[in-house]
Amino acid sequence: MTNKVMPTLDKTEVRLMKGNEALAEAALRAGMQAYFGYPITPQSEVIEYLMAEQPKHKNCVVLQAESEVAAINMVFGASGAGARVMISSSGPGISLMQEGISYMASAQLPCLIVNVQRGGPGLGTIQPSQGDYFQATKGGGHGDYRLIVLAPGSVQEMADFVFEGFRLAEKYRTPALILTDGALGQMMEKVSLPPLGSLPYPDTPWATMGKKPGEKRHIITSLFMQPEEMEEVNMTLQKKYRLIEETEVRYEEFGVDDADVLLVAFGLVARICQKAMQQARARGLKVGLLRPITLFPFPEKRIAELSARVASVLTVEMNAGQMLEDVRLAVEGRCPVHFKGRMGGMIPSPDEVLEAIEAIAEKHNVELQR
Amino acid sequence: MDLPPITNGFELVYQKPQTLTETPMHYCPGCGHGVVHRVLMEVIDEMGLQDRTIGVAPVGCSVFAYEYMNIDVQEAAHGRASAVATGIKRVLPDRVVFSYQGDGDLAAIGTAETIHTVNRGENILMLFINNGVYGMTGGQMAPTTLLGMKTTTSPYGRETSLAGYPLKITELLAQLPGSYYVTRQAAHTAAAVRKLKKAVQLSLQYQLLNKGTCFIEVVSNCPSGWKMTPTESNKWLEANMFPIYPLGDLKTPAQPMN
Repeated sequence: MTNKVMPTLDKTEVRLMKGNEALAEAALRAGMQAYFGYPITPQSEVIEYLMAEQPKHKNCVVLQAESEVAAINMVFGASGAGARVMISSSGPGISLMQEGISYMASAQLPCLIVNVQRGGPGLGTIQPSQGDYFQATKGGGHGDYRLIVLAPGSVQEMADFVFEGFRLAEKYRTPALILTDGALGQMMEKVSLPPLGSLPYPDTPWATMGKKPGEKRHIITSLFMQPEEMEEVNMTLQKKYRLIEETEVRYEEFGVDDADVLLVAFGLVARICQKAMQQARARGLKVGLLRPITLFPFPEKRIAELSARVASVLTVEMNAGQMLEDVRLAVEGRCPVHFKGRMGGMIPSPDEVLEAIEAIAEKHNVELQR
Repeated sequence: MDLPPITNGFELVYQKPQTLTETPMHYCPGCGHGVVHRVLMEVIDEMGLQDRTIGVAPVGCSVFAYEYMNIDVQEAAHGRASAVATGIKRVLPDRVVFSYQGDGDLAAIGTAETIHTVNRGENILMLFINNGVYGMTGGQMAPTTLLGMKTTTSPYGRETSLAGYPLKITELLAQLPGSYYVTRQAAHTAAAVRKLKKAVQLSLQYQLLNKGTCFIEVVSNCPSGWKMTPTESNKWLEANMFPIYPLGDLKTPAQPMN
C-alpha cells in the first residue's frame, strides 16, 4: 500500500542527470521566477546549473548572494513581491538561514528551501548525512512554526518534489523544505521531466507589488507587538499546520502486511533498507518497510496502526537517532523500537541493516521459546 | 455643532500628502524620523509613484514605518533591508524600491548586505538615518557613535581601544562603482529639509532611469537617546556630528569618484 498522493505530471523527456541538476532543471520547468543562493558542497551544482541555463529562462532571476543570510532575505523580498522562489544550501548554510525562515513562516510567505545534507555538527564533512532532521521538522529557527518537509529517495524524486514543494508552499503560504543528502545530490540516475509551464501560478493578492489606487496597501511583516494579536497569528499558523497534518501526509510501504519487523527509514536510507529487506525475506524473515515521504507532516497514524501488528520496529537513519523520537511518539510503547544509525557522513550498508534485523529476530525467537 | 473647516477664508498652500496615513507617529518629540518619512512620501506623491513604490522597513525606531507610509511595505529582519529590497527589485524591476534603515541596522549587523547591495549597483534608493545611537533598544552604542560619546553601553564615553572608531560607511560606499549618487543630508532645519527633498527627488529620478544605487545618509538627532531637549540635540548635532559627518554630496553623476 502507498499513500504517494502526488498530482500526475505529464513527463515528456528522459535524461540522465545528477540529483542536484535534476532538481535545478525541475525548478526551471516548474516556472521558478527567482533563485538566490550561495555555494556550498555538496549542492553547488544547483546554482551552477541554474546560472548556465538562465539565458534560456529570461523570466527567472538567478543571483549569487554574498551569504546565505542575504540569500534567504532576498527570498523573503521576492516571495513577498509575489514570485515563485527557491533557495538551496547544505547544513551550515541552512543554519545561517534560520532567522529568515522563521520570519517567512510568521509572515506566511511561500518558498522552496532545499537542504542537501552533509555530515555535522560544525563544519563537519561534505559526505551525506540525515543529521538535520530535527532542524528541518521541529522548526529550526525561533518561535512556534513548522515547515512542510519532503524527503526524496531518488534522482527522480529530487525533480518531482520540486513541483510538489512549490505547490504545497503556495497552497498553504508557508515555506516548504526538501530534505535530501549529498549522495542523492551527487549521484546520477534516469529522470523523466515534464515540460515547462506544468505548474500554474497561484493568485497572490496579498503581495507587495505597488498599492493600487482605491485599494488598501499591502504589508508583509512578522511583527505583531500586541500579545493578543501575536497569539492570533500563532493560532492561525497552528490551524494551518493541523490542516497540513490532516491532508498532506505521504508515505510508501513495502511488505508490511505480514511483517514481524517493521523498518522505518526515509530518503537514501529507505533504499538501503529495501535491499536489506529483500535479503532478510530471502532468509525467511518477515520484514516490512515504511518510508515517510513527508517528514512534516509525519505519518504517525500509519506507524501507530502498524505498531499494533508487528513485533518490533527498527528505525534506520544516517544520524544519532532523530526521526527515532517521532517513531517512538507514534508507537507509544505498543512494541519495542530499535535503532540502527551511522553518523558523520557514513552510510549504513544493507549488510549492517540485515545484521540489526537478524539480532532483533533472534531476540524474538528467544522470547517466543520462553 | 458643525464647525466650518479651519481653512475657510484662507488659501490652502500646504497639507499632508495622501501617501502618509492618518496613524499618529510614535516618534519622540524632536526626532528626525517623522520629517524624513514626510519628505520621502511627499516626493513619492508629487512624482506620482504611489502605485508602483515598495518600501522596506528596518528593525529600529522606524520598525513601524509601514504604519505611516500609505504604500506597499515589507518589514525586514534586522540588518537585511537591502537584501529584501534586492529580492523585490529583481523580480519587479519596473517598480520603485527603497530601503529605510538606521545606523545599527545598516552599518553594524547589516554591513555585508549594505556593501554588497551597493556593489551590485542594485537599482534602489537606500535611506540611512544616522543618529549615532541605537534608539529603540534604549540608547546603546552604534557603529557611528562619536568618540567620547556616552551611551548605555559606552557609559564612560566611546573609547577606541575597546570600541574602535565612528564608521563612515557612506564614504566607503561612495568608493564602490555600483553607487551612482551618494549624498549626506540633514533634516533639522527648513533649509536642510529642502536640500534633503532635492536629494530624494534626484534619487528616484535616477532609479527610474536605472542608474544604480542611490544612497542618502541623513545625519539626525536622538533627543531621548542623547538625553537632551530637541533644541539642545539639534545644536549638539551641528557642533559634534557634522564635523565628523560633513553634509554634502559625496558622489554625483557630474563628479563620479570612480
